[in-house]
Amino acid sequence: MISVYHYLILSAILFSIGTFGVLTRKNAIVVFMCIEVMLNSVNLTFIALSRHVGNMDGQIFVFFVMTVAAAEAAVGLALMIAFFRNKESIEVDDFNMLKW
Amino acid sequence: MEAILFYLTALVSIVAAFFVTKCRNPVNSALCLVTTFLCLAVFYVMLEAPFMAAIQIMVYAGAIMVLIVFVIMLLNLGSAIKCRYTHGLLGGGLLAVLMLFLTNRMIENGQATATGGEVTSELIKSYGHTELIGRAMFTDFLLPFEIASVLLLVAIVGAVVLSKRNV
Repeated sequence: MISVYHYLILSAILFSIGTFGVLTRKNAIVVFMCIEVMLNSVNLTFIALSRHVGNMDGQIFVFFVMTVAAAEAAVGLALMIAFFRNKESIEVDDFNMLKW
Repeated sequence: MEAILFYLTALVSIVAAFFVTKCRNPVNSALCLVTTFLCLAVFYVMLEAPFMAAIQIMVYAGAIMVLIVFVIMLLNLGSAIKCRYTHGLLGGGLLAVLMLFLTNRMIENGQATATGGEVTSELIKSYGHTELIGRAMFTDFLLPFEIASVLLLVAIVGAVVLSKRNV
């Protein structure tokens, strides 16, 4: 029988993979996708614990996480397009215009 | 039967998430990410949250992935950027393993024992999951719902302003 611990450990593994990708990749879009993996693992935790506790609030939280992720995707990708127009690159090493 | 489905889907989702970080071409990463999202939708169905599974597929695998793939195609990254890692591959891997260890310790030591809430399988079967979600969202969570609509409006305006040619 699958218990809530299985889901928690699975989402811990997915979160760690997302962390690994964020820390090691240079391409900003891939970093962005790894952040999406991390958000989704947290969503899985919310829904598993919501099912376990017998409460609806966790699933409402997942709804809001999805809203924030959609807004983040729109703004983040617009930022990347604006950056690419200026620098012809989306490597995270080139994001140094605020450095002085 | 449920255990077999769980382990199979978990394996697919972990492998796909790993290939999101490993693929050289961003388009392949995006396809692996869609696979991860679909596997998570299967988990949501197994956790008796079918509305969340539908939202997962429509919003994540539909809308957000279309946006990401569109930007990848727009910037023509496929050939421009080959596999480039930072030199912190070892550090990143170490930190990820450390985080996995830490979360596993937390899961082992904590207890998720507070069961017996009001939402049970019978309630979900008799009312329907969507109705329960809607009832919770439009009574207890009405203010966050309105704030989320303002957030989406701000995001739309921000995206339009940022991608205009001369700001």
